[in-house]
Amino acid sequence: MALAFDEYGRPFIIVRDQEQKTRLRGIDAQKAHISAGKAVARILRTSLGPKGMDKMLQSPDGDVTITNDGATILEQMDVDNQIAKLMVELSRSQDYEIGDGTTGVVVMAGALLEQAERLLERGVHPIRVAEGYEMASRISVEHLENIAQKFVFDATNIEPLVQTCMTTLSSKIVNRCKRPLAEIAVKAVVAVADLERRDVNLDLIKVEGKVGGKLEDTELINGIIVDKDMSHPQMPKQIRNAKIAILTCPFEPPKPKTKHKVDIDSVEKFQTLRLQEQKYFDDMVQKCKDVGATLVICQWGFDDEANHLLMHRNLPAVRWVGGVELELIAIATGGRIVPRFQELTAEKLGKAGLVREKSFGTTKERMLYIEECANSRAVTIFIRGGNKMMIEETKRSIHDALCVARNLIRNNSIVYGGGSAEIACSIAVEAAADRYPGVEQYAIRAFADALDSIPMALAENSGLQPIETLSAVKSQQIKENNSYFGIDCNDVGTNDMCKQNVFETLIGKQQQILLATQVVKMILKIDDIISPSDF
Amino acid sequence: MAHLFKDEATEEKGERARMASFIGAMAIADLLKTTLGPKGMDKILQSTGRGRSISVTNDGATILKSLHIDNPAAKVLVDISKVQDDEVGDGTTSVVVLAGELLREAEKLVAMKIHPMTIISGFRMASECALNALLRKVIDNRDDAEKFKSDLMKIAMTTLSSKILSQDKEHFAKLAVDAVMRLKGSTNLESIQIIKKPGGSLTDSFLDEGFILDKKIGIGQPKRIENANILVANTAMDTDKVKIYGARVRVDSMARVAQIEGAEKEKMKEKVQKIIGHGINCFINRQLIYNFPEELFADAGILAIEHADFDGIERLALVTGGEIASTFDNPESVKLGHCKLIEEIMIGEDKLIHFSGVEMGQACTIVLRGASFHVLDEAERSLHDALCVLSQTVVDSRVLLGGGWPEMVMAKEVDELARKTPGKKAHAIEAFSKALQAIPTTIADNAGLDSAELISKLRAEHHKEGSTAGIDVITGAVGDMEKLGISEAFKVKQAVLLSATEAAEMILRVDEIITCAPRRREDRM
Repeated sequence: MALAFDEYGRPFIIVRDQEQKTRLRGIDAQKAHISAGKAVARILRTSLGPKGMDKMLQSPDGDVTITNDGATILEQMDVDNQIAKLMVELSRSQDYEIGDGTTGVVVMAGALLEQAERLLERGVHPIRVAEGYEMASRISVEHLENIAQKFVFDATNIEPLVQTCMTTLSSKIVNRCKRPLAEIAVKAVVAVADLERRDVNLDLIKVEGKVGGKLEDTELINGIIVDKDMSHPQMPKQIRNAKIAILTCPFEPPKPKTKHKVDIDSVEKFQTLRLQEQKYFDDMVQKCKDVGATLVICQWGFDDEANHLLMHRNLPAVRWVGGVELELIAIATGGRIVPRFQELTAEKLGKAGLVREKSFGTTKERMLYIEECANSRAVTIFIRGGNKMMIEETKRSIHDALCVARNLIRNNSIVYGGGSAEIACSIAVEAAADRYPGVEQYAIRAFADALDSIPMALAENSGLQPIETLSAVKSQQIKENNSYFGIDCNDVGTNDMCKQNVFETLIGKQQQILLATQVVKMILKIDDIISPSDF
Repeated sequence: MAHLFKDEATEEKGERARMASFIGAMAIADLLKTTLGPKGMDKILQSTGRGRSISVTNDGATILKSLHIDNPAAKVLVDISKVQDDEVGDGTTSVVVLAGELLREAEKLVAMKIHPMTIISGFRMASECALNALLRKVIDNRDDAEKFKSDLMKIAMTTLSSKILSQDKEHFAKLAVDAVMRLKGSTNLESIQIIKKPGGSLTDSFLDEGFILDKKIGIGQPKRIENANILVANTAMDTDKVKIYGARVRVDSMARVAQIEGAEKEKMKEKVQKIIGHGINCFINRQLIYNFPEELFADAGILAIEHADFDGIERLALVTGGEIASTFDNPESVKLGHCKLIEEIMIGEDKLIHFSGVEMGQACTIVLRGASFHVLDEAERSLHDALCVLSQTVVDSRVLLGGGWPEMVMAKEVDELARKTPGKKAHAIEAFSKALQAIPTTIADNAGLDSAELISKLRAEHHKEGSTAGIDVITGAVGDMEKLGISEAFKVKQAVLLSATEAAEMILRVDEIITCAPRRREDRM
């Protein structure tokens, strides 16, 4: 720090030193990135596969999450390092695109980085490594396409779908009842799927959880559940053939957004205002009644008086229903969301066969079931479980299973799991490497080694000898020219994933390889970090 | 290694993480252990809030709720205890102790280099086997009303015997059973009201068949009404504001103010007239009733009660069969509540309003008397536990014997399973049975008995087919639970078993703990 003293002897700063900033350049910078990326991958590595372990995460507010979903772990980890944040993004984009394989993609990227480090030490230029990786990833994606199989199912035969979802669920804590959960997930997806267009709108599936009961009580409901109760305790708890008015306007006096005032300066005005007010409430309720609604669902609150009038006119009502739920209800019941009372007409009402209130446990927790809807395209998965963390984890697992089922409907190609696809790719890439002249050959070989790390991690987590198992499976694949051999994680006794019914979706796998390669390329290209150091 | 996390974040890995969670969970279990069983001790809890108020309790859920815990694994246990409380109401201590014991056993297995996943699959098999063993032994007296009632009585006594009410457990068990039987199968405990009044002794507590409202009757209004017609309302009885947004009074002279005030009064008077027009002689409002309308009511000879709390209003409406009204324009269609007699009664020094002969027979009020607030609070919690268990038993009438009997039955079955299972899982299954036996051991230890001796005797007893032996804490020996009349609800035991296993499983699966940097809060001084 360059300091000088003025005439009174007080110090002042002439130049702020560059020591305030840290700077890393060249190979050091790349090594720092690689080690950060590897550190993230190392955290997730133990969560891979059916025998993977969970992580316990404590948020800044002290809430505890227990999960082995890669995306969730990274999301909640609150990392500070820039490269680590890239890895978090990576896992998130896999989650958005595919919904499953969020752990695998990070482990893959970590392995690629590890291999790259070795090449860099030997003096290979990072760009050459990146290019080699790019070629290799193209080879493996193509190879995946070759070994993929079409997969036959339709709305009546959902068994293959269930099998695939079971593979996804088997790595989660819910694997105790993976069969029923997988069935629920598949049924839900099939219920909302548009098989013609091969598309599934997952927004139509609502996943709701309530603490209590057991996991086995989890059920699929052909309708909507709302965590609300009737606005007045004495309204009927069960309505058959309900006609539902879905409102986004409150049962309250109007509140214009522009500033205004109503001045009361005489007794007459006071009285007319009072009468108007009364009439206003009366009109609102009457309007609902006139169009033939038998249930009112409202996004906002009710005034006490309006509430009583509703009750009085025998019109059950639910208040403070969230926007998302409101939309779902509208979709399910075939109704329209009505923003103003004036626009309420009979056609805009939704229809549901049965609306009922159900209470749980010893506390007064109630939920509203809307079932037998006019349009059965919206379903709810209602999860029960021993504690809050269990419910949250089940929600995440179900989400993964739903995504897998959706991907299969979109594209029914599958590859076999248990690391078999990675091993097959590794063999193909290894073989292709020899055909490339130049430095890239090394990078392509390194890519093949990195692919091996996924089955290795699987074997390690399952308590098997990683190197021994991997080499055995690899030689078996080459010898029998059969890409179905993988790691026998569950100790079933056969390596044939086809017999074990362990599938993964083709697009999921391809996406994993592509995304991991992209991120690694990006990381390798950075050669300078300038960061302000902490004070 | 690169710097990954924010400054204050910590990361625990592998063995260390597992150890941290084991220790945390076991610490919580040990904390609660001494409160288990009929001779369990209580804890004093002092709040950090203003006034440093204290409460004395041995209710597991209450203790855990008041603790500030930093260990994430311990939080899992707190959570399961809370859920147990919400779902079945009792067994909140047992569930934590069982989970703690399971983890203690698991720790030994991990030290033996058995993989946590193997332990988990062993635990799962064991818990399934234990549940099946219980299912085979349940007694269901649903069809026999007389026996069913005695079952309920026994369950209530067993539940209460570990609480402060144990001295008068017969009295309270009777109270609780009567109250629950009135519900006729619904689990809605809202219609059982508990009123606490210090003074007198616990035995002076009683069950009242009517409804008691802790309010005073307005001055100059009748103190006793027979064949009352009651209007339950939720409406503003102060000035009945104009609700239109942005409305305000703007006047230019004193006279105008007076006019508007007059109009307001007139409006109130009209409203009161309308209310009176319903042909009622009792009016109960959730909100305040100002002096002016109160006076009007008094003039009309109507009993007006203001400021009943919301629960009170709902319950009152439920009990008297009326509806909660907020507008009064159509008197003919408003459903009024009825009761035979409203009178003011004295409990201790307080005056309360008593509604008897109500339409709905479901509701009742339990008035608790006791030496101090702490005693009353604890009594209320205990009674609440008993009521919860009973109402759940009415729904699911399967019953088990108590006093460590179910644990021993399960332990025996699980042990047999362990012997039949090949592989490392057998160790885990064996450990499960040991953890189950820890519960009767703790009960015996807490009673100051020689647990090692007792448990081995008990195990020998249970080797015989169809044994009903359990620990008789009073005499300190192995006794016949059936003769002693100690019973527990199946639903409670099932919930304890399942959630404890689930929690232990969750904690075992963890191999890494990442604690984020705590959010900084502004110092609020």
